[in-house]
Amino acid sequence: MARVAQPRIGQEPSLLRRQGIPIGLVMAGSLLTMFPIIATTAILPPLGLLFMLSWRSLHRDLWPVWMPLFLGAFDDLFSGQPIGSAMMLWTIAFLIMDATDKRFVWRDFWQEWVLAAAMITLVLTGGLVVANLTGGDTPFLYVLPQILMTICLFPLTSRLCAALDKWRF
Amino acid sequence: MGPSSSRRPGFSRRAQLGLFTGYVAAVAGIIVSALLVLSARFDPEGHSAIQSFFTDMFAPVSRTLRFGQAWLDGGEEEVAAYFDAASKNKAMAAELKAARAALTKGAADARELERLKRMLPLIERQDNVIAKARLVASTGSSSRRYALLGAGSVDGVQPGQTVIAPSGLIGRVIQTGRTSSRVQMIIDGGIRIPVQRVTDGMPALAVGIGDGRLLINARAAGAAPFNVKDVFVTSGAGGVYRPGVPVAYVIAKNRQGTFAAPAAAPDRFDFAIVVPEFIAPLPPVPDALPREDE
Repeated sequence: MARVAQPRIGQEPSLLRRQGIPIGLVMAGSLLTMFPIIATTAILPPLGLLFMLSWRSLHRDLWPVWMPLFLGAFDDLFSGQPIGSAMMLWTIAFLIMDATDKRFVWRDFWQEWVLAAAMITLVLTGGLVVANLTGGDTPFLYVLPQILMTICLFPLTSRLCAALDKWRF
Repeated sequence: MGPSSSRRPGFSRRAQLGLFTGYVAAVAGIIVSALLVLSARFDPEGHSAIQSFFTDMFAPVSRTLRFGQAWLDGGEEEVAAYFDAASKNKAMAAELKAARAALTKGAADARELERLKRMLPLIERQDNVIAKARLVASTGSSSRRYALLGAGSVDGVQPGQTVIAPSGLIGRVIQTGRTSSRVQMIIDGGIRIPVQRVTDGMPALAVGIGDGRLLINARAAGAAPFNVKDVFVTSGAGGVYRPGVPVAYVIAKNRQGTFAAPAAAPDRFDFAIVVPEFIAPLPPVPDALPREDE
């Protein structure tokens, strides 16, 4: 009766399990900024973005292209950026990744990493531009370490997503 | 043939249409969010109302976690102390020697400070503290430097008010929710504080640069007249920050400018008080003021 719903052979796992885990992980990553660290500089990697890119590189069909709008909106609520910033940048990143999918049919992990690195650079630089446009004044040099660190973390989050993916199905 | 993808729907009319709608939705979403970003630039009040609603919801979580973190931090230091006891002993002996000399100098400085405080022509106003609260979190992944304060409009906190820690100025409130508010820290790029050097009252402008330091710009033209270890307090010029609150001390001086560290170390502050926006007292109005319409 009250068993944990383990999918049977030939049966699709529940929608909650298929979509809930990836979406939940991205949202949890976005919430990391609520962790009680008072940072003197932009030091925390944007984990929400990282998880989103990792899931995307794992399953290109997992989410429709408009999904980052909602994930980004959630991230904006907590990141300190003006609302709309991640919504816009994450969706643009998704569209670019879609466009590259059409060019490269096969991919290996190195290509995924390079693509993710480009997207991370794009989103974080875009985020800085948005922050500076709305009243901030931070030189690009100070977000460079954050960008590099985030790029280096990508394989790690990919592994985590892959591990969760096994459990998901 | 590569792996099949729903992004290449083949000849299915329905799949093609669904995909097309998805792209339309995504592009429309990008435009809407770009407008939202612009609203943050041109209508900050309306924009921050949405933001503070959500900060309220999650502030209790940070508050609880922060308590645990303080407890953990203490333990870690205790353990670490065992490992370098000998070298620490040596260092402490040297430090003691230096401290004795500094103590004598400190006593002299205290007298000097007392004198200066009397000299300050500004009226030391009674601290009317609006709220005392804990600083719970900051925006670590954004380039803006905001902290989250555990007091909101229910406690009387309003945007524009000044937030002060025991050791110095933290920043100013920029948006309030009901039980939490967002504080723009003095290290945020885009905040400018009129300051003066403690020793001689030389005016300067402290500018946050977003990496935990402040840039001290002299008001007068010419070479930067400040030295390492100079301490700056708010001057009260232009209102907003009341005079006499420690802001920063100079840590480095080079060709790029004079860099200072905030007096209240952002990763160490805990409790803070919120005080009203400072309004500089107006000069007395002369009695025989010529009226404009005459």
